[in-house]
Amino acid sequence: MSAQAEEYVTEDGRKIGGVMMEMKNITLRFGGVVAIKDISFDIREGEIRAIIGPNGAGKSSMLNVISGFYNPQEGDVIFRGKKRPQMRPYKVAQQGIARTFQNIALFEGMSVLDNVMTGRLTHMKTGMFGQAMWWGKAQDEEVYNREKVEEIIDFLEIQAIRKTPVGRLPYGLKKRVELARALAAEPKLLLLDEPMAGMNVEEKEDMSRFILDVNDEFGTTIALIEHDMGVVMDLSDRVVVMDYGKKIGDGTPDEVRSNQEVIDAYLGVAHD
Amino acid sequence: MPEQLLWAAEAMMNGLMAGVLYALVALGFVLIFKASGVFNYAQGVMALFAALTLVGIMDGQVPFAHLINAVFGTEIHHFGWHVPAILAIFLTGVVMVGLAIFIERFVLRHLVNQPDIILFMATIGLAYFMEGVGDLMWGSEIKTLDVGLPQGISETIDEATYNWFGYGFFIDRLDIVATIIAALLVASLTIFSQYSKQGRALRAVADDHQAALSVGISLRFIWVLVWSIAGFVALVAGMMWGAKSGVQFSLSLIALKALPVLMLGGFTSIPGAIVGGLIIGVGEKLFEFSIGPLVGGATENWFAYVLALVFLVFRPQGLFGEKIIERV
Repeated sequence: MSAQAEEYVTEDGRKIGGVMMEMKNITLRFGGVVAIKDISFDIREGEIRAIIGPNGAGKSSMLNVISGFYNPQEGDVIFRGKKRPQMRPYKVAQQGIARTFQNIALFEGMSVLDNVMTGRLTHMKTGMFGQAMWWGKAQDEEVYNREKVEEIIDFLEIQAIRKTPVGRLPYGLKKRVELARALAAEPKLLLLDEPMAGMNVEEKEDMSRFILDVNDEFGTTIALIEHDMGVVMDLSDRVVVMDYGKKIGDGTPDEVRSNQEVIDAYLGVAHD
Repeated sequence: MPEQLLWAAEAMMNGLMAGVLYALVALGFVLIFKASGVFNYAQGVMALFAALTLVGIMDGQVPFAHLINAVFGTEIHHFGWHVPAILAIFLTGVVMVGLAIFIERFVLRHLVNQPDIILFMATIGLAYFMEGVGDLMWGSEIKTLDVGLPQGISETIDEATYNWFGYGFFIDRLDIVATIIAALLVASLTIFSQYSKQGRALRAVADDHQAALSVGISLRFIWVLVWSIAGFVALVAGMMWGAKSGVQFSLSLIALKALPVLMLGGFTSIPGAIVGGLIIGVGEKLFEFSIGPLVGGATENWFAYVLALVFLVFRPQGLFGEKIIERV
């Protein structure tokens, strides 16, 4: 599949472009533990790419490598055709890669609106002096960014809780606010770490709908990790399967589903 | 009896003014504690250092004069110029920003992800280090600081109160100025942290480091920013206290007076620092006035600490602090 370099259009009419991000022979170790072993895959412009695998397979580590929280010992991360040097997470964010966390990392003491506004920080250019003085441009900028944020709040249907401190929200809504904050950055690549973990069926359906809508309306490229196989197969264009830090499958959901190694990893295999 | 009441009122007014100065010091603690969870033991020394630098620059002293003279056998002490107060304050501000960058680069950066107690210990080290450097740079003799702030009894208030009540209140003009400056400082800090981009980033970092990184906030920049602001607050506090009681080592001990203020107001609340400062200021003056004579006076030395102790028992998070609830 990844050999196909040309752009194409999916069955539901979305345009998938060329390779946006390429992970090349990534190896990540923590002391003697090898979390990721020589994995390569790519993410194409406009697609929804899933990374799946059993617990401890190294999925989250992979996402942390992409978002710069971990630096791999070996291998290259190539973003938009350029090899990325070792980079701090905030720099990665400034390059247009936004993410959510498995255990939700929101600013609990701040309102929903303020939380989403922090997502716009990378788009605010006025210097400190201008900000401190509230000088002309700073004000325009705040207004413009505020409008953008309101759009996203509308889009994710969280208008009703705009002013609520995040700490008071239930789990499902927190997940949605976190998505809103990531979206506010207008990311080129959106990383979702188990966006549906711990949700009930209804919440899962909502979240799936939002993910599809984001991809469809904003054309955002999305890479997500998910446990729920059903959800992954429905959502994603292509799937990487990991097990014990190795890649054991890569392709469309159908290809992956019929891959013997993947079936073994998920269902277990009899050793005789 | 009405005379007694007037005296009490005067004591209260003076207490409020003193409280503002306590609050100024406490404010520096709160800023750093909120943003990084570090209790900055060096805050008091920062105020001393700022005051020393301010005096040194104004008088045109040569920094490290003793060291230079000892090494090179020269006899230089002064540049022979006097810097106007405004310019000197600005330059001291620059020095404090430089100090913040230095602290981030050589101390904080190497202690990322360490337990809070380690960072606290580091600030103790920092306090002694800065004390030494301050001495080395500007000499250890007691200096007077005169940045042109009005001082002495305010005749207007004295006269006005004399005409109204037949008893003139003694209120130091410096205290009035300090109150106004502190109010401005708090107002601008609040506006900055609520409405500016950096302020939002600052609150974000205070809340969750990881999440802050993920939205593109540089922790290093924020730390430099916070320590710069704390340095600036230290400068204002050092200026006020220095003008009041001279620039000398004991200036760094005002940090100890800030501790009960923080326990009262809560370590994480800016309004708490203000209210706590005022309560301590008024409380100790009124206590001294009413109970002091019965126990032989000097209650101001310990009243604040006893009050803080009582608070620790009944409301450990302080008046405005965040109550810490651990989910089990």
